[in-house]
Amino acid sequence: MTAPAQHVTLAAETSTGGLLLWVVLPYVCLAVFVLGHIWRYRYDKFGWTTRSSQLYERRLLRIGSPLFHFGILVVLLGHIGGLVIPKSWTEAAGISEHVYHIGAVFLGTIAGVCTLGGLTILIYRRRTVGPVFSATTRNDKAMYVSLTLTIALGLAATVAANTVGGGYDYRETISPWFRSVFYFQPDPDLMTGAPVLFQLHALSALLLFAAWPFTRLVHMLTAPVGYLTRPYVVYRSRDTHLGARAPRRGWERSGT
Amino acid sequence: MRVMAQMAMVMNLDKCIGCHTCSVTCKQAWTNRTGVEYVWFNNVETRPGQGYPRRYEDQDTWQGGWELNKRGRLALKAGGRFKKLAQIFSNPKLPALDDYYEPWTYDYETLTNAPLQNHTPVARPKSLITGKDMKISWSANWDDNLGGAPEHGDKDVLLSQVSEKIKFEFEQTFMFYLPRICEHCLNPSCAASCPSGAIYKREEDGIVLVDQDRCRGWRMCVTGCPYKKVYFNHRTGKAEKCTFCFPRVEVGLPTVCSETCVGRLRYIGLVLYDADRVLEAASTPDDTDLYEAQRGVFLDPNDPAVVREAENAGIPRDWVEAAQRSPVHALINTYKVALPLHPEYRTMPMVWYVPPLSPVVDAVRDTGQDAEDHRNLFAAVDALRIPVDYLAQLFTAGDPAPVDAVLRRLAAMRAYMRDINLGREPDARIPEAVGMGEEQMYDMYRLLALAKYDERYVIPPAHAEQAHSLEELATVCSLDYDGGPGMGGSGPFGESSGGAAPLAVENFHALRHRQTSDTAATPTDKARRVNLFNWDGKGRPPGLFPNEPSGGGNGTGGNGDGKDEPKP
Repeated sequence: MTAPAQHVTLAAETSTGGLLLWVVLPYVCLAVFVLGHIWRYRYDKFGWTTRSSQLYERRLLRIGSPLFHFGILVVLLGHIGGLVIPKSWTEAAGISEHVYHIGAVFLGTIAGVCTLGGLTILIYRRRTVGPVFSATTRNDKAMYVSLTLTIALGLAATVAANTVGGGYDYRETISPWFRSVFYFQPDPDLMTGAPVLFQLHALSALLLFAAWPFTRLVHMLTAPVGYLTRPYVVYRSRDTHLGARAPRRGWERSGT
Repeated sequence: MRVMAQMAMVMNLDKCIGCHTCSVTCKQAWTNRTGVEYVWFNNVETRPGQGYPRRYEDQDTWQGGWELNKRGRLALKAGGRFKKLAQIFSNPKLPALDDYYEPWTYDYETLTNAPLQNHTPVARPKSLITGKDMKISWSANWDDNLGGAPEHGDKDVLLSQVSEKIKFEFEQTFMFYLPRICEHCLNPSCAASCPSGAIYKREEDGIVLVDQDRCRGWRMCVTGCPYKKVYFNHRTGKAEKCTFCFPRVEVGLPTVCSETCVGRLRYIGLVLYDADRVLEAASTPDDTDLYEAQRGVFLDPNDPAVVREAENAGIPRDWVEAAQRSPVHALINTYKVALPLHPEYRTMPMVWYVPPLSPVVDAVRDTGQDAEDHRNLFAAVDALRIPVDYLAQLFTAGDPAPVDAVLRRLAAMRAYMRDINLGREPDARIPEAVGMGEEQMYDMYRLLALAKYDERYVIPPAHAEQAHSLEELATVCSLDYDGGPGMGGSGPFGESSGGAAPLAVENFHALRHRQTSDTAATPTDKARRVNLFNWDGKGRPPGLFPNEPSGGGNGTGGNGDGKDEPKP
């Protein structure tokens, strides 16, 4: 009985908009992200690919693709460091807020510029190289808009906060909110006070995650790290159920 | 000893007339789809020539196959696991479309649509990549029959490795045809290069396949294969390769390329090999020893110990018997006339070749000697128009001795059989000179010259207890699939997303699509069209007749129960 009462007071303090944006939306997006991937993996394994266009054009891809991908991997690591690891942990490890901030801004800006630069090259290539453009679906275009928007907003938020103010310590607000979502005790108040660019970045990222399972971005989830440990040559027995369909119920092959 | 069975092929190059029937039928069966226009699971190359894709044998450039590293251990030439993953965002060693060719179609429609004019209308070539007009400058067979040899001849990778003398003789032209399919290697470097583990070697018959559901399009296999027989489907974003026509082989039928081969030069059969010795053989230090090393991996299916081990390994009895009758085993190990293609790539290829004995008889006759005398023939082998050195570059990593031995055996067979055909006493010294018995030589002649369908293709079908689950024998109706994914439309995530359709259904729809479309791109009213060739006369497919005018009238054909028929 006490738990619901607590929620009622929480809701009373926060505006409905805040509640929708920072509690409902994250959970909806998260659910779509997880369930969408499961659904896609079950029903569209054949469509689960990088859809590489290297065969059409390789000169621009050679520069743009590694720039973007390595950049975004560093950005991902940065986000893990900033959002997942609590401030108290880094301070316990002897890293002061100032040192962390310098490091984050330095690395983050380099990685962000690399990512955005790579993405610019890739989008330029996609638009100007005929075969690549004609292989671009509407789904791809929507994905590119969403991805570019998210990255640009993220970079803009960092740059704005550091040039206008003396930097914004998102580890006091955004990071606890991010973790609170996963504790199932979401606290929207932490987000409502954040600068608007950070809010927009978070919202666009949420929408990107919701769209993720339905775009070519799914290839990220099957990054082939298993290659490092598996034997070189894979042997497989002729399939237990060859043919495209699973056997009908009652017609499965028995035993070995 | 770990016995495994391998479905393998031997091609007798003496008989190949370069008609490309194998390539065309293979393409019709497997790669007549968008995204794989440039893909030839089977192609026939004129040698000397650049091959397909151009200069694919230049491994200094393409880095295909395996090599021995500094410690003498087998390593992927293009780099191991870490290097592969570091390069995953942009593969630096991938052939571009220019190295294959830009596929095209013709604007046939203008031929029928063009207005009356003084000049015959022309069907212009349209690129299948960009859809625009294009100038055709290369194709899969641009240098067929030495076409353009004065300009391109020296681009043959092998010619740079053979001596100056051959370059000179090349001016007097020699050529032969080399049909190529996937080698279904014992030590496949494409599978080893695949980061996703999607390429696998089937335990039962050794066929190397790409799991289309697991392939993520990282493209490392294309680099890894030194024969460049893995292709990238640019529409689906997946790798595709020769399947050894597994749906046919599983039911005991030869591959499409073999079935349709006009010269009947292909042989299919099982080879038993010792899987435990593959790595050791592939690591043989000297390139020229690899041919013998690979032969050493093969097991004698008539050896009782091998038969026992095969049974322990779960190889069915009829498969062992098929291996005993295998023409491939006979040509490789009994008669020793088949050689592997580029053993120096260390992938242990399993499509072998009987090298061509060029017009040796004519050459000898021109010198005024008795052209059918085996001694003259043997002497002529060294002076063949197709230089032994060139063949050695192809088949034995440059060692002329095994090629020479094979050619002598083939020449001896001709000389020996000539005596028999002319009713003379056969000369036992001829087979003896090449280390064969008379009976063995006659058997070899039978296999190379007379062998019928069931002797050339000894293919044990997959087992009956698995029949229900086999792709093409599926005992469930394949038509219950109608409207499912892969039915020739686009899935929700672009071209060809959704589950895979059975091959038969896919082929049916691909055929129908080709027959009903008359433009390079998908016609807009495709869904509403009807192809009378595919209409069995039953029912009324939508689009067969123009829409009926709605409303009244005197019945529109009735319900068939007679009640609506007008009464007199």
